[in-house]
Amino acid sequence: MSALVLNARVVAALGMRSIRQTFRRPQLIAPIIVFPTLLLAIQTGGAGGAVELPGFPPVQSFLQFMLAGAMMQALMLAGNSGGIALAVDIEMGFTDRLFTAPIPRFAIVLGRLAGTAALGLFASCWFLAIGLIFGAEIEGGVLGALLAMALVTTAALAVGGIGAAIALRTGSASVVQGLFPLVLVVLFLSTAFFPQELMIEPAKTIAEYNPLSFVVEGVREPIIAGINAGDTLAAVATIAGIFALGLLLSDRALRHRLRAG
Amino acid sequence: MEAAAVPTVAVPAWRANLATIGAMMTRARNELVRVPGAAIPGVLAPTIFFLGLNGVFGALTQLSGFSTGSYEAFIVPVSMLQGAGFTGAAAGVNLARDYESGWVDRLLVSPAPRWVILAGTVLAASARAMIPAVFVFTIALLLGAGFPGVDGMVICFAMVAAMAAVAACWGSFLALRFKSQSAAPLMQSGMMALVLLTPAYAPIALLQGWLRTVAEVNPVTHVIEAARQGFVASVTWADTWPGLLALAGLLLVLGGLALREMRRTAQ
Repeated sequence: MSALVLNARVVAALGMRSIRQTFRRPQLIAPIIVFPTLLLAIQTGGAGGAVELPGFPPVQSFLQFMLAGAMMQALMLAGNSGGIALAVDIEMGFTDRLFTAPIPRFAIVLGRLAGTAALGLFASCWFLAIGLIFGAEIEGGVLGALLAMALVTTAALAVGGIGAAIALRTGSASVVQGLFPLVLVVLFLSTAFFPQELMIEPAKTIAEYNPLSFVVEGVREPIIAGINAGDTLAAVATIAGIFALGLLLSDRALRHRLRAG
Repeated sequence: MEAAAVPTVAVPAWRANLATIGAMMTRARNELVRVPGAAIPGVLAPTIFFLGLNGVFGALTQLSGFSTGSYEAFIVPVSMLQGAGFTGAAAGVNLARDYESGWVDRLLVSPAPRWVILAGTVLAASARAMIPAVFVFTIALLLGAGFPGVDGMVICFAMVAAMAAVAACWGSFLALRFKSQSAAPLMQSGMMALVLLTPAYAPIALLQGWLRTVAEVNPVTHVIEAARQGFVASVTWADTWPGLLALAGLLLVLGGLALREMRRTAQ
């Protein structure tokens, strides 16, 4: 069996483990799906009148506008949860056992990220289904929906890389869990929940440069208007940048952990 | 040789109960003093929500139907009540932790009445809820929310304390029902839903469809209206008593459920 196939099997096995782990424990899946769904429902009902504000982009409904925001929230939480799960593995000694196994070290991180990406895919399907059930149209059609799902899945993978790096560096689940408020801050300071033009300063300016805003717009465009090459490319480039940063930080943290013992 | 009779002084029941409640509140305070970092998430979450919602949805005040032009003023009581919900639910998580470590079992074999044990937990949560409330209130004033007046402030903080008690009853009920800290998301999200399924983001007339219907029957709507009145208008008894009544009802129902679960646990 070639090394590539063997490594792919290791990544798949570890990925399946992390997916099963998440779906077996309601306390892990609840924040990723229930919390954003609840907030989507409340914000759609509570701030739905916003579509009448001058400057609000033309949308079929506020729900249609908010779907991308809910997906972003879910994928950020999935990345955070993936980091927590990896930190728990470190605390319990499971990762140490993996380090002694004859498998490449990167497969340990990629396995965890595969689980996070699967959660991102699940979240995108979940929110698109919710949108369709409650009357939101996907203007980009099937291709648009597939594009949104692909962007959310890869963004979850990328954000998961940052979570994994922090978990590997600190080895503490409570430290990674403590990043939850930061996830909320990054979300609020992006265009996840409202058009940037209508936000209040300083959130407005920060949202303009927040990398997450580029991903949000990339996911939102196929839903509210149709596929836009410029927005899609900006989202892909941002996701690639976050992914590269996550891998770099994970690599450094892994080396540090192995050196420190 | 006969042992000398030891004179016993009967302590009145009410005094013993008060001492037990006081001891439980002191224990909760000690937890906070010894691990100050434990209070940070409870303070951070409502503050982030306050700042975030204000930055994101601030333009909503341009819609006709808003009673104020300041979204800070409109949203600050919601964030304070949200902080109370988080803090109260955290009391439930702590109770579940105490159950897992065997401390609750020891508490239940003590001669203290069950309602006294519950009261200690609930009142500690009410006191602790003042930390995020004061923090968010101060930030809001600094950002220009406008002082709600002494009466408006007193009513708002009273609502926050009582809401934390409601959340602590809910958390205690779930903690004793599931006997595990893994019920924590249910404690937190239950309270979050109760606080946000109200005119939290916009006046009730501007809410859309189902949320408007839910908000109209949700008792916490009256609590929010009462806590908000000083920030957006003047304080009136007509806006206050429905909030007090709603809190009394919630305390009665959720406190009753928590007490029943505590009795079941003891059996």
